[in-house]
Amino acid sequence: MKNNIHPESMPDYLVPDELRALQLIRLQDTVQRCYDNVELFRKRMDERGLKPADIQCLDDVAKLPFTQKTDLRDTYPYGLFAVPMKEVVRLHASSGTTGKPIVVGYTKDDLDVWSSVMLRSFVATGMHAGDVLQNAYGYGLFTGGLGAHYGAERLGAAVIPISGGNTERQILVMKDFGVTAICCTPSYFIHLIEKVNTSGVRFEELGIKIGIFGAEPWTEAMRAYIQRESGIKAYDIYGLSEIIGPGVGIECSEQAGLHIFEDHFLIEIVDPETDEVLPDGKEGELVITTLTKQAFPMIRYRTHDITSIISKPCACGRTIRRINRIRSRSDDMMIIRGVNVFPSQIEAALLSVEETVPHYQILLTRKGGLDQIEVQVEVTKEMFGDRIRELESMQKKLAFAVEHVVGLRVPIRLVEPNTIVRSEGKAKRVIDQRNKGEEIR
Amino acid sequence: MKLKQLSIFLENRPGHLSNACEVLSNAGLNIVTMMLADTSEFGILRLIIREWERAKEVLESAGFTVNLTEVLAIEVADEPGGLEKILKVAEAGGLSIEYMYAFACKPNKNALIVVRFDDISRACSVMTDSGIGVLSAAGFYNEA
Repeated sequence: MKNNIHPESMPDYLVPDELRALQLIRLQDTVQRCYDNVELFRKRMDERGLKPADIQCLDDVAKLPFTQKTDLRDTYPYGLFAVPMKEVVRLHASSGTTGKPIVVGYTKDDLDVWSSVMLRSFVATGMHAGDVLQNAYGYGLFTGGLGAHYGAERLGAAVIPISGGNTERQILVMKDFGVTAICCTPSYFIHLIEKVNTSGVRFEELGIKIGIFGAEPWTEAMRAYIQRESGIKAYDIYGLSEIIGPGVGIECSEQAGLHIFEDHFLIEIVDPETDEVLPDGKEGELVITTLTKQAFPMIRYRTHDITSIISKPCACGRTIRRINRIRSRSDDMMIIRGVNVFPSQIEAALLSVEETVPHYQILLTRKGGLDQIEVQVEVTKEMFGDRIRELESMQKKLAFAVEHVVGLRVPIRLVEPNTIVRSEGKAKRVIDQRNKGEEIR
Repeated sequence: MKLKQLSIFLENRPGHLSNACEVLSNAGLNIVTMMLADTSEFGILRLIIREWERAKEVLESAGFTVNLTEVLAIEVADEPGGLEKILKVAEAGGLSIEYMYAFACKPNKNALIVVRFDDISRACSVMTDSGIGVLSAAGFYNEA
């Protein structure tokens, strides 16, 4: 079986003991480099009376201080870099929702690792040399576009660097360029499916077999919808700029959790409230330590992504562990009248009702000091059959499904098609107007 | 005999009805008759338009969700008991009426109502067999 494995994917199949030993050596090296070169990290280690030599086994990682997104903002732009600028060959930045962006850097070796984990990601989805990849992730400061680009080139696939947006051109390329694989955000892909299917061509006829979707949380129900409506196999990819970009983890052909490239990334799950490390299988916040990054190493980075580790071996034969699909981001969580609500729950509920396509938006407002939530759902041709009572019954079905999942009565508003703004990158599902004055209608 | 009716989903908010009408007027399409059903949040605009295929096309390309249904245009004597007579026939025939709407007619003519039945084909024969005037599309547009 190992004869068929792509040579670069060999670490996916390491014997667990060997993998752990490799992780420990790399962790010790990373901690030493950070201690020597990153002031904030050294200060925090010293405050705890910790020295790099105290990291004796993998579990010792729990002694190390966490790194928070605010640390990245506070040290803007280059305060956490561990190499001099002359060794940095690439900079990316992620758009911060508040104020300044977060800047990340790469050495030549970092770019090599990045394209390698992206190659391994593509291999896991069944892509190979000869595939034609439409790369509709944004090129530029965002890590998605270039990350996928270099990984696919390294694999030997033909990359179409179309970047995000310009839906008409995306569809033209899909139809004419012999595209066999595509990557973009899942919400944008759904938009593409709709556009193609209303252009008189069935998506299945296009010859695209593989879709690699990430950069925003999505659900199993959305996968089912995508696969049914487009005939492709849809894979979830995971990554974040602070760690490397896309390529931290990917689903394999089993589509049952995302394999993490553990030879480069050490994962833990912690309780977001108590910071306590949780055992495999327990759900909590994913914390990642980079093991090989040179320019921008991260120690115990709090991702805010909620998931759990699957330690059971995967049927695909890879020994690197998996995480469950990211259920939500802990900072996406909305607290509505004391109830924790995740947008992904609402999405899953909406999709569980037949005939709905996932064009929806969650609107949060405040009336008389009370949080109000409303879910707007676009009325599709399939839902609409001339009778008021059919619409009302659809509305009830949706409201019931949402209430059943989130435990809160959530009014559903049916809105006209194409009134919810389509995103060409990450979908904006939640419009929070709670602090913008009351009464918006 | 059967008339094509277009139904459009509208949000119940200022300007939404006129948007739909503007699309039709820009395409030079005249509304023969119409009815607006509403709830507090949304409404359904039902339209009878002679060139319904073109109307459907322009509305859909303007982004509206359009549904096509068939209705009957029935002649009603413009006198006391005119409508009752028709309803009796429907009742006796076991027909169920989803909704109906009427429009005023020219002097000395019968009134016209547009009716959506649950089973339109059967409704058509029940009405015709009872001697009630069901207008053909051409007849309807002429009357209108």
